[in-house]
Amino acid sequence: MKTLREILRYPSAVAGLAIIAALVGLSIYTVLTLPYSEAIRLWRGGEETWHENPKNAQPAWANWFTKNKLPETIILNSQDSSATKNVKAVSAALADVTISFAFDYSYDAFPQELAIYFTAVYSEQQPLVSLSWLTPDGREIRIGDFSIKQAETYRASQDSRLTRRLKGQPTMQGLFADPAADTPVALKGRYELRIVGSLFEKDADLDAKFVLHGQVHGLAGTDHRRRDLTVALLWGTPIALAFGLLAAFGSTITTMVIAAIGVWFGRWVDGIIQRITEVHLILPVLPILIMIGTFYSRSIWLILGVVIILNIFGAQIKTYRAVFLQVKDAPYIEAARAYGAGNWRIILLYLAPRVVPMLVPQLVVLIPSFVFLEASLAVLGLGDPVLPTWGKAINDAYTNGALFQKQYYWVLEPSVLLVLTGLAFAMVGFFLDRISNPRLRGL
Amino acid sequence: MAEATLPLEPGADAAEMPIRGRLRHRIAGSTFSRVAKYAIAKVVVLFVTVVVGVYLTILIANMGGYVDNIRRGQIQEEVAQVIMNNRELQQMPLAERNQRIQAMVQIRERQLGLDKPFFVRSLRFLSDALTLSLGRAENMTSDTGSKQVRLIILERLPSTLLLFATANLLNFFLSIFAALSLSRRYGSPIDRLVIALAPTSAAPAWFYGLFLILLFASVLGILPFGGMVDPLPPASPLAYALNLLKHMILPVAAITLSAFFLNVYGWRTFFLIYSSEDYVEMAKAQGLNSRTIERRYILRPTLPTIITNFALTLITLWTGAIILETIFNWPGLGRLFFRAIGSYDTPVIVGSTVIYAYLLAITVFLLDFIYALVDPRVKVGDEGRKA
Repeated sequence: MKTLREILRYPSAVAGLAIIAALVGLSIYTVLTLPYSEAIRLWRGGEETWHENPKNAQPAWANWFTKNKLPETIILNSQDSSATKNVKAVSAALADVTISFAFDYSYDAFPQELAIYFTAVYSEQQPLVSLSWLTPDGREIRIGDFSIKQAETYRASQDSRLTRRLKGQPTMQGLFADPAADTPVALKGRYELRIVGSLFEKDADLDAKFVLHGQVHGLAGTDHRRRDLTVALLWGTPIALAFGLLAAFGSTITTMVIAAIGVWFGRWVDGIIQRITEVHLILPVLPILIMIGTFYSRSIWLILGVVIILNIFGAQIKTYRAVFLQVKDAPYIEAARAYGAGNWRIILLYLAPRVVPMLVPQLVVLIPSFVFLEASLAVLGLGDPVLPTWGKAINDAYTNGALFQKQYYWVLEPSVLLVLTGLAFAMVGFFLDRISNPRLRGL
Repeated sequence: MAEATLPLEPGADAAEMPIRGRLRHRIAGSTFSRVAKYAIAKVVVLFVTVVVGVYLTILIANMGGYVDNIRRGQIQEEVAQVIMNNRELQQMPLAERNQRIQAMVQIRERQLGLDKPFFVRSLRFLSDALTLSLGRAENMTSDTGSKQVRLIILERLPSTLLLFATANLLNFFLSIFAALSLSRRYGSPIDRLVIALAPTSAAPAWFYGLFLILLFASVLGILPFGGMVDPLPPASPLAYALNLLKHMILPVAAITLSAFFLNVYGWRTFFLIYSSEDYVEMAKAQGLNSRTIERRYILRPTLPTIITNFALTLITLWTGAIILETIFNWPGLGRLFFRAIGSYDTPVIVGSTVIYAYLLAITVFLLDFIYALVDPRVKVGDEGRKA
């Protein structure tokens, strides 16, 4: 109760706790709604999984900040009600299929790409299709005629004949621009892509999916491989929290116990622990982690283990040692010895807990440094090969020149989450340090 | 990274802190010999520490026999060279030639001790690493075209030192100055702002670097994205220096941002604690002016602890250099390390790690040395108060 009232006196601690609560909530939400296997599939599934997404698209809320509205992705499928499909039998074997994809386009910018995914059923003779494009102002542009295999993908911007027909303009500009305007602007209104297909066999069929890749996508946008960044941002949360918490807990608790062991046994045990602490100070921790990542394994759990081991002999040992040295001869320890408590009982139950009030703030402050350590390794390209994390999103953004191409959302989204995590734990840690350290009170 | 990032802990040192002027006088006469003795003892201890540190590094690096492979690769290359230059060998029948090559490789392997048990071998690696004979790179070369890992690394060292020395010295003096002036203005809006900003130091320097690049290079376009000088550096020395300076602004700012507020916060708190000591009150009562009080009665006794704290920050920054230099494309050791990871150049990776161990040791030594200079109580063999 007292602590609670004290917390309320520090708005930064309240803010920190609120952010931590939000992050924990987000982690739980993520794990429940986006199971691990599904996340991995979405992140590493391959072109199949993410072909419907635009490439390097900004998040959808980018439109709130500009007057120039960027298009969203439009997906229409002849197998559901989003498109109309008519089959007209001409003779016993011959049939005509008309598929019409009509949609309203009310954006100011041009879309990224127009792709059509055909699926056809036939045994020998491939169906023929002819594509035409109807604009709101009544023009009709012939796109092309070709035959269709069982699964065929047509991408408008890769069609050089269409480019020639559009007089060398960029394809999307040629299809969407207002011919009356001086500078290319998108014409708003109802567009239609019409596919007329000829089937040459009795049981043949033709279906098509129309994907107009926009320039914005979802809550977080997409990366260079068309992956939805929300996957990395969402799954990055539980991973970052787990890594930070486990590493901080693991290393702080072992440090505490080892410092207690050193003080309790004294003599050479203490000497060795002291010397190891000094060696540890000059051990290049990050390079060693990098070596391990490069030579052995990038698994996040292995790295976690190594991080804990490398941090056991950190500078904290000296601080704890100073406290233990004072406590060692306290009457209650002597009382414990008098009733016959063993060495380990005294170390673990009587000595070590004495530094807990000091240890807790340190532990909390350590968490962000481990979270950032994981991100650092990922930024160096040594992130876990399977898991989607914040650091890996930053790494992808950096290596693909997001800063040069002004794709700021890609860098900022994972960074903001990292900053929030770091700040939240640091603020709470500072607060805990203040209330547990009477000399800092009021300063 | 994982070093203490908390504000200074006024722990064990606090009890013995007040130094009386008289006491200091008596010891001051022998400052030089005291520091010299201390330094020598410290060098010996640190050397042992470095040896152990490098040995551990080698053990880790060689866990999968990587250092051995470096050696084998080297031998193969040497033997191939010999054969290239030897016409007699080239004209031999294939089987015989292979036999000769085998024999040569075996001799060399024995010379390098590759047939010895691991313990003996590891000691050999250790002595090689300590004398910086780090082998030859697999595919990286220095700017002068050499494949010697030592040359590749030494070539990069000055730019790293330039960047980090500048940033850290700046950081140190700025922090002390700011902390002193804040402790005078305790409770003012600026003071509260710095306290509020202290948690921002949780993020490492590279992270701020990313933001700074985004803001100043990408959005505003007033500072370069990275590198040390322009692709075509100006010819005149002055223009060159200015160009260099311009490229240094962002990385130095990134390093400063990542440590400044926390240092100021911690040190200010520390100054405040000490300014309520009895001997400070006494000095105030004597009517000494506030600058003298600050210098002699507050800064002087707190300096050793501040330097210890700074050493920890510095060590954290050193290893953080790898990513910072990569982000800023700064042609230093860190960037080299990153490229070595990219091209899987084992000798360079191991060599750089060894160099980092050395750099950290030198940092610790220098700071210990400064520590001895400012703290008259440090004597040779005086344990427990070192960085």
